[in-house]
Amino acid sequence: MMNSSPSSWRRIPERYCLIGTSCETCKANYFPPRLICPKCRRKGKMVDKQYSGIGKVYSYSLVNVPPSGFEIEAPYVLALIELEEGPHLTAQVVDCEEKDVSIGAPVRMVFRKIQESGPHGLIHYGFKFVLSK
Amino acid sequence: MRRVAVVGVGLTKFGENWDHSFRDLITEAGIRALADANMSGADIDALYGGTMAAGRLIGQEHITALIADYMGLNPIPATRVEAACASGSVALRTGYMAVASGIHDHVVVGGVEKMTDVSTGEVASALGGAGDQEWELFMGATFPSLYALMAKRHMHEYGTTEEQMAQVAVKNHYNAARNKYAQYQKEITLETVMKSKVVSSPLKVFDCSPITDGAAVAILAPLEQARKYTDTPIEIVASAQASDKLALHSRESITRLDATMIAAKKAYAQANVEPKDIKVAEVHDCFTIAEIMAIEDLGFCRKGEGGKMTADGATALNSKISINTSGGLKGCGHPVGATGVKQIAEIVWQLRGQAEKRQVTGAEIGLTHNVGGSGATCVVHILKRTN
Ligand SMILES: CC(C)(COP(=O)(O)OP(=O)(O)OC[C@H]1O[C@@H](n2cnc3c(N)ncnc32)[C@H](O)[C@@H]1OP(=O)(O)O)[C@@H](O)C(=O)NCCC(=O)NCCS
Ligand SMILES: [Zn+2]
Repeated sequence: MMNSSPSSWRRIPERYCLIGTSCETCKANYFPPRLICPKCRRKGKMVDKQYSGIGKVYSYSLVNVPPSGFEIEAPYVLALIELEEGPHLTAQVVDCEEKDVSIGAPVRMVFRKIQESGPHGLIHYGFKFVLSK
Repeated sequence: MRRVAVVGVGLTKFGENWDHSFRDLITEAGIRALADANMSGADIDALYGGTMAAGRLIGQEHITALIADYMGLNPIPATRVEAACASGSVALRTGYMAVASGIHDHVVVGGVEKMTDVSTGEVASALGGAGDQEWELFMGATFPSLYALMAKRHMHEYGTTEEQMAQVAVKNHYNAARNKYAQYQKEITLETVMKSKVVSSPLKVFDCSPITDGAAVAILAPLEQARKYTDTPIEIVASAQASDKLALHSRESITRLDATMIAAKKAYAQANVEPKDIKVAEVHDCFTIAEIMAIEDLGFCRKGEGGKMTADGATALNSKISINTSGGLKGCGHPVGATGVKQIAEIVWQLRGQAEKRQVTGAEIGLTHNVGGSGATCVVHILKRTN
């Protein structure tokens, strides 16, 4: 219902390739992308910004009671990731157990399946993170 | 601007009211509030209603038309207000502004949510709409998990412990056991909380507000006319609201809510009071960590000391400051759209001296604090008994 084909497709650059925006006026980096820099508003100039996908864990939680659509994935680690370029984003940390994760742990982006719109629906892909060795 | 008073309040029992529909709930609370104000429906000039997710939870939109219809209030203007879990407070503030400005004299403000007709997963998805659908929910976030991220970080930055968080639940269940409207009228121990199932670590079932059906209604009137309806008008001496970035990941800090701090500062200035003048407050404890952050952000203790203040018992009934005498969202229940109006009802009862077994002695000024989502909307009201 929430993730129709057009709504999923128009997010492909951001979700597949981690493209956000940066403001040339104040140098602030944003992810997810924004049309307007909240600090500079009309004085700002937004340009696309490719993020490296390298970052560290800012906070995390093991989700045991999932929302609809995530039943088969639970339990999973949900985290706030601090990208090396500054912005924070929300993503799952995978291929590990909760006890392996800690605040400050280095992580890198991987491309994964995020969810399905039902058994016959679209499969939605995007970024997750793994602990860097 | 005119001064505004609350002249009547009414609640339904909060809980899993399987035999009550959405319209039954709000009508019941409305009748109680009108009776409390000694008013008839014919006296009412306008209606504002707060509901977060009726479209997702019961498939019904256009809810204030429904409410005006079923309360027999046609043809007055009836307007819906939505700000996630702060819908009730924003509806109240909208009604307050209508009376203060002189546009309407007698306004009914309602908050209502019917949450138990769908599964827990569907409720979690619907409530998730209070966050960022494309960038939080899409990744698998739920509301408990967003507050869990705040809790984990608060523990990291300030040394807050799971036991301190659990103490919030123990206190709020104690208060709820003294409130006949509450969902959980039973006391619990620290062990109950610590041994309950983990929902989203470190938050356990007893750190979470429950899924609740319920409605709350308040009637507002100009203060100068209020004595026609009640011997104890309670004046709204401050009404402040602030907004912040929708998603948690876009905020500078996740261990404080800037919108709370800004709304509180404005409210204290409007009412010309300081945090130490407040003896009773209803704060937004959708999760135990939220109450800890709220008492810090509202200035009742220093940043980082909310856990300790709670564990020391300084927020218990009739201590330094009585926090969440109704039982809060945790013990009384959290029918999201109704919560902000319920907080007002509780403070009105406290200031009138009608809070029965949970009465705070000598309460003259009270505060309500209601948060939408993970902190993108925050509303603070300060109420005062007029003598
Ligand atoms: C915590 C939560 C996931 C539990 O839901 P659940 O797992 O479906 O729980 P159930 O309905 O199966 O209830 C199991 C038992 O726990 C009790 N229970 C459920 N939630 C409870 C809570 N929050 N506190 C205390 N007891 C609770 C039930 O009364 C029931 O008791 P019983 O067996 O004696 O009847 C659910 O309450 C929840 O999602 N809360 C958060 C709501 C929220 O996000 N609100 C918005 C905040 S911004
Ligand atoms: Zn800028």
